[in-house]
Amino acid sequence: MRFYEYEAKALLRKQGVRLPDGGTAEKPADAGKIARDIGGAVVLKSQVLSGGRMKAGGVKFADTPAEAETACAEILKLPIKDQMPVNVLVEAKAAVAKEYYLGVTFDGVAKLPVMIISDMGGIDIEEVAETHPEHIAKVHLSTLHPFSDYQAKEAVASLGITGGELNQLTRVLAQLVRTFLAYNLTLAEINPLGKLEDGSFVVLDCHLDMEEEARERHQKSVLDELGIGADEMRQGRPPTEFEKRGARVDNVDHRGVAGRVVEFEGNLGLVIGAGGGSLTIFDAVQRFGGKPANYCEIGGNPSVLKACELTKVILSKPGVDKIAVIMNVVSNTRVDIVARGVVKGVVESGFDPAEKIAVFRIPGAWEGEGFKLLEKYGVHYCDRTVSMSEAARRAVEKIAG
Amino acid sequence: MAETKAMFIQVEVDPAAAGDAELAKKLAEVCPVSIFEADGEGKAAIVEENLDECVLCELCVEAAPPGQVRVTKLYSGETLSR
Repeated sequence: MRFYEYEAKALLRKQGVRLPDGGTAEKPADAGKIARDIGGAVVLKSQVLSGGRMKAGGVKFADTPAEAETACAEILKLPIKDQMPVNVLVEAKAAVAKEYYLGVTFDGVAKLPVMIISDMGGIDIEEVAETHPEHIAKVHLSTLHPFSDYQAKEAVASLGITGGELNQLTRVLAQLVRTFLAYNLTLAEINPLGKLEDGSFVVLDCHLDMEEEARERHQKSVLDELGIGADEMRQGRPPTEFEKRGARVDNVDHRGVAGRVVEFEGNLGLVIGAGGGSLTIFDAVQRFGGKPANYCEIGGNPSVLKACELTKVILSKPGVDKIAVIMNVVSNTRVDIVARGVVKGVVESGFDPAEKIAVFRIPGAWEGEGFKLLEKYGVHYCDRTVSMSEAARRAVEKIAG
Repeated sequence: MAETKAMFIQVEVDPAAAGDAELAKKLAEVCPVSIFEADGEGKAAIVEENLDECVLCELCVEAAPPGQVRVTKLYSGETLSR
């Protein structure tokens, strides 16, 4: 779950990170008042969840309160990637001498959290990694032992930074790591961290993402305080009508999961999931030249109703020719229950399951019962002797005719 | 036998047994997917929209006297009873 910049900064402030003076403006007059309180030049930033604000005109500078009001009015009217700003962050304009990048995220290969620091901030860290790898340091964190500041110091020092700068950067990086750990974040970035002309450091921009599954844990203690509702979706773009319908399916009852529907432009509907299976299957379909119409995740033994409704939503998308039902080997999810739901969804959508289901590959609990049902409806199914990748290939082959 | 039908599962309750208020209560208690309920007169009634959710646990079959409740898988013709 993404945070708006002003929310991310509120979380950093709780950990003692130094931030520019400022506040959020809902209307131009608010921006004027904040600028007057600051008593100098300000920067105004559109609060949207997507990137590219500067390029889109969502970041403006103002030298006077009157200019701040005008800039705020312009920003509030400006959509960025189809998103209207929720407000405008108004902060004191900093006299920056140098910019740094600080980040904490998970290293999927090492399966550990990793601190990343660069003395080339203000640009994409991926770009720095490609063009100036010597300006980036990475240090992994333990998931067993508690974090200690000396690890942050080692990371900073590995870039050759010494003296007072080393101490100050260590403190900010340690605060960022503690924010990352305290709020179950998947990404915590300060970019740029500005070194001011007086030698102090201030966070100019930051980006925090919270693990979706951790939202409930932090709802009362943090999210309510920030005004983030439990059912508020936070995406880089507004959800499509198709995605909203997919989200509603997951709420039809408490049993299992059938949701996280993301819309794509293809013609092969996907009913996929189990143990990381969704991403694997989605990638496999693309690797074989298929065009997914959607991404989704099912698992945790969804009810027949849930699987049925998800199938109906996917089949209702214009341009979907067939669906592929592929999951990893399931243990608590029952094959026969999912089979019932999918077949029912296809029939209730007015189609023949034998024609509409390109492949059904869910091995595991109650597969014998599931396969009996699929046989009755003439659906092509396969067991665990067929890999997910091969099942994806067969689906792509079928849809190609 | 009182018959009900859905797409995958058919459940039959003997009419005489269905009138037994105690059995109706027991069936409603044991079914994990709420296929049974006791109607206004205390008789065992079947909740049609839940039939296809049947998990084939046979708890209803075991809770009723032999032969009074039967669960049939419509896709295979197999019947669960005792």
